[in-house]
Order: sequence, then C-alpha cells, then structure tokens
Amino acid sequence: MKLKNILMAGSFLAAAGATTAMAADCGIDGGRLSIIGNEFPAIQTVARNAQACEGLSDAEANLTADHQTINLPGMQGNPAEYTTAIVANSSIVALINEDVIRPLDDLIAAHGQDIPTQQLITINGQVMAVAFMANAQHLVYRADILEQIGAEPPKTYEEMLAAAETIRSEGILEYPLGGAYAAGWNLAQEFVNMYLGHGGSFYEPGTAQVSINNEAGVATLEMLKALSEYMNPDFLTHDSNATSAEWEAGNVALMNMWGSRTGVLMDAEGSEPQVYENTAVAGPMTVAGAGTPASTLWWDGWTVAKNISDEDAEATFKAMKHGISPAILNDETMGQAVWMIEGYTPAPVNEGVFSAISMGTTPYPMLPHHGLLHTALGDNIADFLQGDESAEQTLSDIEAAYTAAAREKGFVN
Amino acid sequence: MKHNAFFWFVLPSATAMMLFIFFPIVSVVIQSFHVAHEQVIIEVENCGPFGCTTATAIDQEATAALREEQPLGRFAGLEIYKDRNHLAVNEFAQTWQQSEGIGDFVVRLMNLPFYKALGFTLTYVAVVTPLTILFGFIIAVAVNSAARSLRGPLIFFTLLPNIVTPLIGGLILFWMVDARGVIGTALRYLADDPSLSVKADTGLMWIMLMVYGVWSSAPFAFIVYYAGLQTVSTDTLEAARIDGASRWQQIRHVVIPHLLPLTTFIALIQLMDNFRVFEPIISFNAQAHATSLSWAIYNDLSGETQQLSSAAATSVLTVIGVAILLSPVLVRTYRSYGKA
Repeated sequence: MKLKNILMAGSFLAAAGATTAMAADCGIDGGRLSIIGNEFPAIQTVARNAQACEGLSDAEANLTADHQTINLPGMQGNPAEYTTAIVANSSIVALINEDVIRPLDDLIAAHGQDIPTQQLITINGQVMAVAFMANAQHLVYRADILEQIGAEPPKTYEEMLAAAETIRSEGILEYPLGGAYAAGWNLAQEFVNMYLGHGGSFYEPGTAQVSINNEAGVATLEMLKALSEYMNPDFLTHDSNATSAEWEAGNVALMNMWGSRTGVLMDAEGSEPQVYENTAVAGPMTVAGAGTPASTLWWDGWTVAKNISDEDAEATFKAMKHGISPAILNDETMGQAVWMIEGYTPAPVNEGVFSAISMGTTPYPMLPHHGLLHTALGDNIADFLQGDESAEQTLSDIEAAYTAAAREKGFVN
Repeated sequence: MKHNAFFWFVLPSATAMMLFIFFPIVSVVIQSFHVAHEQVIIEVENCGPFGCTTATAIDQEATAALREEQPLGRFAGLEIYKDRNHLAVNEFAQTWQQSEGIGDFVVRLMNLPFYKALGFTLTYVAVVTPLTILFGFIIAVAVNSAARSLRGPLIFFTLLPNIVTPLIGGLILFWMVDARGVIGTALRYLADDPSLSVKADTGLMWIMLMVYGVWSSAPFAFIVYYAGLQTVSTDTLEAARIDGASRWQQIRHVVIPHLLPLTTFIALIQLMDNFRVFEPIISFNAQAHATSLSWAIYNDLSGETQQLSSAAATSVLTVIGVAILLSPVLVRTYRSYGKA
C-alpha cells in the first residue's frame, strides 16, 4: 500500500538480480515451490536461497508487506497456490485456525532430522512451523545526544520520559521520542507491549472473555499518552517506515523499534554520519518497576501448505530447509537478522533482540482469538491519545468491539 | 426492435451482470445473515524457541465436522446488523436515554464505529459532491472561453488529477501537507503557529480529505460539462447577445438550463463514488481521524482474523445507503422521462 513498499519491492528485484544465489543441490526431484511472505532483507535471503534449489519444477516467491491478507486465500484452494507461507507467531494463528497448513512431523522424520529441536514450533505435540529468526522491539538511541545531556541509555520507560524532558528543555530536539504509533496494527502492538510490561493479562483465565479495563490497562494508556507528548504531533500516522525515516532524518533521539529494522538505521545509506554513527541499540525497557520488559518476542518461520500433493510438500520442505541452512550465511546476510541458524555470529546491531530474549520477554500471545483483540485495540486507542475520551471509556470501547467480533466468530457466546 | 432481437442483443451483458454483479451481491447478503460456528477450543501446549506455554487452539476435527454439516455457519438473522460494530441497536437506545440534549447525543453516537464512519461519509458526500460540480462547471466554462490553441494543453493538465492513480495522488498530497512539506510549512507560516499540523488535527484532516476529494474528481465533472458546452446552440447565444445579455446572463439563462440533465448525471455518479470514499483515508493514514463505511469493510478483512460476516453486513448497509442517497435523483429522472 505504501509507496515505499513498492519502491522497496523494486529494489528487491534489482538486488535479487545482482546477488542471485548459486544453484544448489537440495536432493529434490520434481515438485513445486511457491512462497508467500513478508518482505524484509532476512526473508528475501531465505526465499532466494530456497528458490535456488535444483530440481524444482517451479520456484516462485511473492514477498509483500500485505502477505497477511493474501496468504490465507492463497492456501485455501485445492491445490493451494502457495506451497509455503513464511509467518510469525501472530500470523501463523490465522492459518492454523483455518486448517490450511500441514503438520511437519513425518517430513522431519524423513528429511529433517538435522533441524535443531529449538527451531521447531510445536502446537499440541505436532510440528507446524520451522523458525529461522527471532525478532523483538527494543530501545534504539542516539549515543551523542545522550552523552550531551549526560544520561545513560534508559532501562525503564520512566527514565525514557525523563531523558526526553531533558533533551527538550535543553533545546536539542523538540520531539525527542519516536515510535510506530500509527493508528491500527502498530498502535495496538505498542499497547500489547506496554500492557504485558505492566503485568496485565488480556483474558479471564481459560476463556476468550476479554478483561483489560483494569488498573494495568489505564496505566498502559496513560504511559502511551505521556510518551506521545514527546513525539512529532503526526505520530498517529507514523508506521515503522515513517518512524525509521524520522530517525534517519535526525529528528529523534530515543525510540522503541523492531530489531529487524535497526540494520537499516545503522548503515551509511539514508542518513548523515552524525546520525548513523551514533545510532546504538539496547535491550527493551521495563515499566512501572516490573521485572519483565514491556515488549514481545517474535519468531519468523516457514510452514507447508496442507492442500498440495505430497510430492510438492516434500520439494517445498527440502527447498525451505535449504533456504535456512548454514550455507546461506555470509558477510552480507549475517547482520540481517538474529538467525537461529548454526554458524551465526551476532553483530552489535542484534544486541537489542538478544537482551530481549535473555531478559525473559513474553512471546506475543499465540491464541486463536487474539487477532480480533489486536484489531479492536488498533481501532480505538487513538481516541484516547487525542484526548477525546477517558482511559476507562476507551478500554470499555475496546472490550465491546472485541466482544462483538468474537461473538460473530464463535469464540464467546 | 423485435422482442426476439432485443433478447439476443442484451443477453451477453445481462449474463455478465448476473454473474459478476447480481450473484456476488446475493452471496454477500446471505453471508451477512450467518456467523461462524461456535469454536471448539482445546487446551494445547505450544513449544518454540522461547520455551513452552499453555495456550488454546481450535479443534480442527470437530470444526471440520461442524462445517460439513452447515457449510455457511450458524444462521444469525439480523444479529450482526444489530451488534455494536454495526447498527448498534441497544447502544443506540441507551445513548438516546442517557444523553442530555441532541448535541451530547451526537457526540456520544460518534463513539460507535458505524455511526462514526457514517458521520464522516455523509459529511464528505455533502461537501465534496456540490463542490465537484461547481468547480467542474467553472473550469469547463473557463477552458471553453480560452484561445483554441491553448485548449488542448489546458484540458490535459486539468484532467491530470483524474488520471493519476488515487493512491499515488493521495500520497503526493500527504507528503505536501506533512509538517515538513511545502503546504504544511506554508500553513504554519500563514497561521503563525509553529505547532500546527494537518495530520494531527481531526478538523484539518477532514478538510484535507475533502480538498483531495474535490481535487481528484473535479476533472470528471469538467470533462462532462466541457463536452456539453460544445452542444450549446450558438444561435440561441447569439440571440441572447443581440438582446443585450451580459456574459453572466448568457450563462445563467442559456448555458445552465442546457446543461441541467448533465448535472443530474454527474450528481448521480459523484454521490455513488463519494459515498464509497476509501483511498484517501488509506493514503493519508487518516484512520485515527476519519473512517468511512468502505474503510470499515477493508478493516474487517485486513486483520489477522478476517471478519467476513461483519464485512458483508457493512457492505449490505453501504448498498442500502447508496440506494437511499440516489433515490431522489432517480425518482426525478424517472418522472422527467415518464413525461417525455
């Protein structure tokens, strides 16, 4: 939808042309590979290497930021258009809900004994996906500006607010904080982070009944609002792309950002040396004195479609396994992600995600009905941040919107 | 035309309309009366790189059996139409009872997603449609009175906003009104307010969306009017001039009456288009400030869990809305043709 995505898709095509992976022997003898997935450097690398396998009768990849809206329809047909979907822990749920991906146990037994167990995503005892990278949102900061005000990188959101106030009052930057606060999915994700950081739980135990209109919910909204007051007034229109652009323009000193996007901020493209040389990362921040960070852990992994022939499934499995094998790691691909692949050596840019893992950050909830709550959050939080209504009103709107949607989908009565 | 010939003549287009317009609408209506089966939830253990957690999942076998039995889902009648995310019948009544005065009622009503979307959609229709017609007419008259050699290039440039893909046109404007963009900076300077931001203010955002709406569809009205202007009888104009009519009087008493049927046509098309306003909201990232019915359908379908029935219900409500909106114009057209 965004022009930047279109441009990036174009540059991806160019890049793919420039660095075509070497043809590889993956032990495939016929069968189809068709990948659907998000587009960022790490996934492009995986797809390119999977496509390079010899013996595939057909090797296609459709990598787009809108993958989520087309992967389900593209796998519901029989035979399915896509033989594999690259998903994350939130988006796999939609595919499992509709029963379009197959358990991988027998394929692993036959062809994948060497995949480390920790990469296998098992649900109810069945392997449904193979993860290849980890991701999390964490602190990104400008070392030079923090030095100027004599502050350490903040470990809590309260410290972040204090640092922002100092930066503003010293006249260094008018809007020192950044964040992907675009109304919709991004803003909802920030709520999920902050609410988990406050120790909140989204549902009444063991049910799909939402329960966020509580102290933690109010504190979460108030913290989001306090942070937004130090952001560019347009923050409700800033998604991850726009926030990264603000960072590269040197307008922001501190932000909570995706690990998978920090590499772009630290390279020499798109910004002044003053900015990229001083861009540094640290672990996710905590809030309100809690022990667990206000962030979520994510994995990205691949699945195999259910509605395809066993031959296609086997070819897809072997090709994707090659796509995440140690052979794909080189100087160019090493820093693209926190790979779960043997032979991966972390770069400084990946420290944020590693601290997120070691600090015991909560993984994003993998619940069949959570996508509905995420949508309801994204539709309603902006009303509070704009000062149109009270926190309690916003929270009760979210609960009501979720409940109506969950009733329609048969999750609650 | 003989009945037989007429039948064969319209058969291809009638078939296409049945297949691609009528049947899809019927299927949407049917979908909107059904909700998903009650989910059979089981407790599962999920394991991955970050350890194991106990979570829930849908029991696929049980669900498959339910679907086999009733492929459409559970029949729900008008339940979805009445729920909070659509017509919100209960919430509407509650709001009516609790609010003090009509102003308070409207403010509270705007908290319900359907009425919030309807509020913006109707405002957009009411503002953009007449302005599009007005600007289209003014431009057409202006271009028509320009020197003949200039008309070609003038028409091309006037049509540009309509040629540019709506998403791209919206993005161009979106960047220009950015706080650091050309228009954004100019507005700050003019208003003498360094914190003024179009994207952060609901009122300004609404104005921006409507300006975009007029900008992108005025060329359509222009080209229709321009074509109409070529058919104005020069004899009548000359007679008016001899009678001493001023330029304004010629337009008022000769041109406008001549172009009236075209106005009905443009109004019809524009009412329909504007009621389905969608692209500017996406390209302006404006969902925090303005939502429309079409946007609500898109939002239902683009989440991680697709809400087909909800989207279907909103679609049916949109069709009903368009029908209500068009009925005065249609009745008028029907009557005038009936007379002829």
